[in-house]
Amino acid sequence: MAAPADGLLRLERLAKRYPTGDEALRGVDLVVPAGQVMALIGPSGAGKSTLIRCVNRLVEPTGGRVFLDGGEVTGLGAGALRRARRRMGMIFQEFALVERLTVMENVLSGRLGYVGFWPSWLRRFPASAVEAAFRILERVGLTEYVDKRADELSGGQRQRVGIARALVQEPQLLLVDEPTASLDPKTSRQIMRLICELCEERRLAAIINIHDVVLAQLFAQRVVGLRQGLTVYDGPPEGLTPEVLTTIYGEEDWSRTIRGQEEGGDEGGTLDEERMAGLR
Amino acid sequence: MSTGAAAAVRRWSPPPLIRSPWLRRGLQLGAIAYLALALGSVEVNWARLIDGLDRGWQFLRAFAPPDFVSRRGEIAEGLAESLVMTVTSTVIGIAISVPIGLGAARNVAPLPVYLVCRGIVAASRTLQEVIVAILFVAMVGFGPLAGMLTLSFATIGFLAKLLAEDIEDTDPAQLEAVRATGASWAQIVNYAVQPQVMPRLIGLSLYRFDINFRESAVIGIVGAGGIGATLNTAFDRYEYDTAAAILVSIIAIVMVAEYLSGVIRRRVQ
Repeated sequence: MAAPADGLLRLERLAKRYPTGDEALRGVDLVVPAGQVMALIGPSGAGKSTLIRCVNRLVEPTGGRVFLDGGEVTGLGAGALRRARRRMGMIFQEFALVERLTVMENVLSGRLGYVGFWPSWLRRFPASAVEAAFRILERVGLTEYVDKRADELSGGQRQRVGIARALVQEPQLLLVDEPTASLDPKTSRQIMRLICELCEERRLAAIINIHDVVLAQLFAQRVVGLRQGLTVYDGPPEGLTPEVLTTIYGEEDWSRTIRGQEEGGDEGGTLDEERMAGLR
Repeated sequence: MSTGAAAAVRRWSPPPLIRSPWLRRGLQLGAIAYLALALGSVEVNWARLIDGLDRGWQFLRAFAPPDFVSRRGEIAEGLAESLVMTVTSTVIGIAISVPIGLGAARNVAPLPVYLVCRGIVAASRTLQEVIVAILFVAMVGFGPLAGMLTLSFATIGFLAKLLAEDIEDTDPAQLEAVRATGASWAQIVNYAVQPQVMPRLIGLSLYRFDINFRESAVIGIVGAGGIGATLNTAFDRYEYDTAAAILVSIIAIVMVAEYLSGVIRRRVQ
């Protein structure tokens, strides 16, 4: 990919070795320009989750460097790291909402990096933050659920709250970890579409970890394949040929996974529907 | 495939916990032998036992009917003192237990803090209430102050340990999500940990309230004030009917507290 060398996010030789000796990342170089939606695919254990967690240092990298908007994230002290995290919204696989808090509290928790402890403890967020939270809840279609507890919502609704929590941070970058893994096929598409629309509206870059190759092809502008901690593919979604998928995942019959060019349908047509029917 | 009916029926039983049959049988026999020998070593003097049955009966008869009236002043005073001890020690105990419980949870506390807090918890749990009470009576003299200190101390061992375990059992994804927003440690505790452990903390606190009230009756006997002191005096004066009245009162209060805490616990779930 001919991305400018000073993209919004830049990873240099990023490496992570866990204390158990597992080498999750073995020197990943990656540049993500502003506004780009990038799908990160690869088999379980390839290091996808580790990679996005090394970006905001929920997992401490053991080698290499991370730059966000020109500033180095690796090596920041605790306070500066918290400020850097405000610019990176994160969306999770099992939603990771605080179950016993209300929808509004969950969304406002996205603003915790901006307010001191006492106002947050008293739930007295600045009016601008509350206004922003209401606007985002409107955008994701959850206006009536403001005071519902998070555990009363359906899967799709919960993920919308998760998206709202990430967006209320006013981030430049979204780190998205398997957003559709706990959702049914239809909701998965709606959620992916919502994430991509929001990225476009707000000119956000996103790294989306995703197992589902078809969804990755449908929604991402760029696909990066990770295998055993190394990038083995970096290119447009159309470039995912059976050979490429074999490099990423290993030998398998990929012909039914790849979007049928001859179908010409904008969402993959019959092959896709068959695949959806076969899910779960 | 149709010849399946003639095939031998396949048997299956779950694999035993201990694989080696020799070791398994050996352990079973050993346990039975030890139990038999242990029971045999406890001497039972049957004549004394029969004698004792009668004495026990006399003792119990002296309790009936309970006399609430002749010492009602002392009983009321003792109960009030016990309740004061219980309320204050529970509140103080909770106030100290929460920070120690946070410190004793490995997922939110750094190692040195964790070790110190676990040490405090262990110290509080190894010392039995009566022993602590004797210590505090020696330090601050007879009366409810010693009782309050004892029960506060005992509450820490109980509540901080169980709270710490509950914090360690919280869903790490929720903590991670709040941490990812740029929240500080205190905000993570307030937004991700507290909502997850609050129902249990309330339940445990109410349960500890019950325990503290019952314990206040026991430690009173060693001089730490409260209804226990009144009970002790009643026994010393051979006023078993008054003692019975005191015991009935304690049971009644514990049952009321038990019932109320059950109601509250159901509400907070």
